[in-house]
Amino acid sequence: MAGLDPLRLTAQEAKRHLVDGDLSAAELVKLYLDQIAAVESRVRAYIRVTYDNAAKYSTKVDREMQATRGPLAGLPIAVKDNMVTEGVTTTCGSRILRDYQPVYTATAVRQLWDDHVVMLGKTNMDEFAMGSSTENSAFQETRNPWDLATVPGGSSGGSAAAVAAGEALWALGSDTGGSIRQPAALCGIVGLKPTYGAVSRYGLVAFASSLDQIGPLTRSVGDCALLLRHLVGRDPRDATSVDLPEPIALPTAKRLDGLRVGIPKEYLSAGIDPGVRARFDETVARVEALGGLCSEISLPHTEYALAAYYIIAPAEASANLARFDGVRYGYRCDSPVDLLDMYERTRGEGFGPEVKRRIMIGTYALSAGYYDAYYGCAQRVRTLVRRDFERAFAEVDLIASPTSPVVAFKTGSLISDPLAMYLCDVCTIPVNLAGLPAISLPCGLSQGLPVGFQLIGPAFSENRILNAAHALEGAIAFDAAPTFSDSTAEVRP
Amino acid sequence: MSAWEPVIGLEMHVELDTKTKMFCGCLVSKGDEPNVHTCPVCLAHPGALPVVNRRAVEYATRIALALNCAVQPRNLFHRKNYFYPDLPKAYQISQYDAPLATQGWFEYWVGGEKLRCRINRVHMEEDAAKLIHAGGDTGRIAGSDYSMVDFNRGGTPLIEIVSEPDIPSPEAARELLQQLRNVVIELGVSECNMEEGQIRWDANVSVRPAGSAELGTRTELKNMNSFRYLQQALDAEIPRQIEILEAGGSIDLETLHFDPDTGTTTPLRSKEEAHDYRYFPEPDLVPLQVDPAWVQELRATQPELPAARVERFMARYGLSRSDATVLGSSGALAAFYEEVVAAGAGAKPAANWTMGEYLAHLNAAGLEAGHGHVTAERFARLVRLVEEGTVSISAGKEVLAKMIAEKAEPEAVVEKYGLGQISDTAALEAIVAGVVAGNPAQVEQYRGGKQQVIGFFVGQVMKASGGRANPTLVNELLRRALAGG
Repeated sequence: MAGLDPLRLTAQEAKRHLVDGDLSAAELVKLYLDQIAAVESRVRAYIRVTYDNAAKYSTKVDREMQATRGPLAGLPIAVKDNMVTEGVTTTCGSRILRDYQPVYTATAVRQLWDDHVVMLGKTNMDEFAMGSSTENSAFQETRNPWDLATVPGGSSGGSAAAVAAGEALWALGSDTGGSIRQPAALCGIVGLKPTYGAVSRYGLVAFASSLDQIGPLTRSVGDCALLLRHLVGRDPRDATSVDLPEPIALPTAKRLDGLRVGIPKEYLSAGIDPGVRARFDETVARVEALGGLCSEISLPHTEYALAAYYIIAPAEASANLARFDGVRYGYRCDSPVDLLDMYERTRGEGFGPEVKRRIMIGTYALSAGYYDAYYGCAQRVRTLVRRDFERAFAEVDLIASPTSPVVAFKTGSLISDPLAMYLCDVCTIPVNLAGLPAISLPCGLSQGLPVGFQLIGPAFSENRILNAAHALEGAIAFDAAPTFSDSTAEVRP
Repeated sequence: MSAWEPVIGLEMHVELDTKTKMFCGCLVSKGDEPNVHTCPVCLAHPGALPVVNRRAVEYATRIALALNCAVQPRNLFHRKNYFYPDLPKAYQISQYDAPLATQGWFEYWVGGEKLRCRINRVHMEEDAAKLIHAGGDTGRIAGSDYSMVDFNRGGTPLIEIVSEPDIPSPEAARELLQQLRNVVIELGVSECNMEEGQIRWDANVSVRPAGSAELGTRTELKNMNSFRYLQQALDAEIPRQIEILEAGGSIDLETLHFDPDTGTTTPLRSKEEAHDYRYFPEPDLVPLQVDPAWVQELRATQPELPAARVERFMARYGLSRSDATVLGSSGALAAFYEEVVAAGAGAKPAANWTMGEYLAHLNAAGLEAGHGHVTAERFARLVRLVEEGTVSISAGKEVLAKMIAEKAEPEAVVEKYGLGQISDTAALEAIVAGVVAGNPAQVEQYRGGKQQVIGFFVGQVMKASGGRANPTLVNELLRRALAGG
């Protein structure tokens, strides 16, 4: 165990150690439980650490599964708390599910369990995945290990912070409008949103069904491919899931010769932090140095994408979250006088302000007389956004942009300004509207904080994206590690 | 007098007899312990997703084809949003502006006249769970102490059939419903058990000046859970509307509740304050692609439907429309009849005996056609014994009763009880002579020209012979004896 640094160890390396026999699953799990003990009180990435399960299960993997080990046996993972896990409370970051005990396990998690992955715990998130800072959790604020005064991004901020802080080898997140890629960018790790339908949503507590996808948050592009290949595949329980046309391969590319990369001018116009812009431009230069052919492209309907998203996602959410009514499970208000009172107080007391805001927006957008003006119009915009990408991919192989226009921002700085918070996702949201795969990988630091580089591909081009990201990762050689410093403390006299 | 004419439309719901629910693998089952047929999907646990039951689509398509609808190759499911404890997702997955099938029609008979009702749409949805209101003594929500939810029914495949407002009378509405129910049963897609609520309906009704092409303001009638109540409710509602209009008033667009105890309709809730269901396409399901080749396959394997069978019975067996309708409307009864004919009974006597004695037996025993205590083959032999004159019609009824009671062959019953018809002229002549001698007054009447008194004499002879006398022969012998003075 000596020499293994949880801040740098990749899953591929850990797997090699386990296969070689110079590391046991129990030792590997202990590495992360020790790191959790050391830093979790400052980072607060987990809503619940499953210490006993993790320790017991890793021992079982070591003792009993020598012959029958799954391909990911013994590799510890953190799971965002919006994937239901039988036997482990699943809260979705909400008071309304504070004590909810799932009766089944999400397909994506079940597949990993079947491969003998060890679950370390359930990670913090914005309530029902609504947010870009993980400040909307009903339980705690997760801090960014690069600067504890800043947010980790969101909504998969707990998963991103856990991986960045060495509290997990890798993690699962979910991405509805950037909720994997943006926190990955802000925490200096790799995050991938797969093509819509590539990973089963069965057991993912729904936010916006037509946009949600589960995906990996990892320390390297190779790990990202390794985890993804065990998540994908059609699930008979999810009618929107499909089989990929080809299996996910571990990336090997070192060069990008002849790869056509489009840079959408619309993604670079609005309010990009100069430091982010500088790292992005440097990375584009690296793409060219590796043999890639970069050119400016246009995605003309980008400016409407955010507005369309903030109709479609809340509209779907307003229906998806209606089941939390206090009747069958979850929070129920005290002594309701009648049915209406139970509904109103259960939901009024159970949901936080951002969730209520979106339920109200969505309910309004679907109301009789407003449907065509809002939901109908947003769906038409969605079609235009999708066509923008289709046209672009006739000319280029991949599209590159900054993942987030800004680096990690101070906790509390945007929470009272929802519109500014929504703008964090301006480069990621169009990808969800079009159902496309995209990766974020770290491409350097600005003001000491990580900057993310996004690569978007056509539907089912995960292997192309992973190969390009892998080649680029080698060239960037990002080797900084979070310091757990606190800029608030530093400026204090 | 009839300055006003009613215009009626029906909206029918049919629960399909699929093995499993519409969107999950739970069994569709009646009468089990509450909440045993449930899973994360039909209890709407977080993260659970619906998957369409292919068999339910098949059954719904069969109904759509029987109603001459255009089956849409691409149709959509929508979410219909409202909060209620029997609806665990707080939305019902239903169909809205892109249903399974549209633009059909259904022909039905009312008092010898064939009518056609256009069908607006056939769509698929899921049933709600069952609420049980407990405590108190009303069994209804008002006055109960608490309510319980049984999710066994929740998610059962449900078909909605919406007619156009083409129905001209309460009687026609009842006939249409009964005949449509027979079609659904014939298709084998639902037993349409009314006590279990497998088929339910609402009616829309308005009145307008006779001959007018415009529709008046309609009301929607609910809570009519028998054919009789449907007709009663319409019979009550139509005069109510006419009275209001004739007094210069106007009809409110509203939902009315039929009270079977009083036979009246009372407002339930006004449409103006009705729910906004906020329909939008169900994102958890992809658009349903219905392969036209598959629809063709279903069309080719549709069973014979009652209307076609009635025509066939008329053509093949020479039955009247009313007899063919009685025998042909239910598949089980039609099958029994055809077996009786196939076993050698004549088509007409077989029809008379099936409609008369067989149905009477079923009614008396409370049994379904095909499940009576006599097989078609034995029944056919009985009909033949009557046809051949071996037993008389009245003795034949007795033979049937004994066949049923003793599970016996007809010939054995005839033998055992001596029920064979008496066609022995000498034996009958003796009886006839006795009857004529014993009723001089009637003899006088007959001879005075009152020929119909012959019926009295026949009755007396039949009585004296224990019902066994051959009626044709008795007639002949009587006429001779009476004429012979």
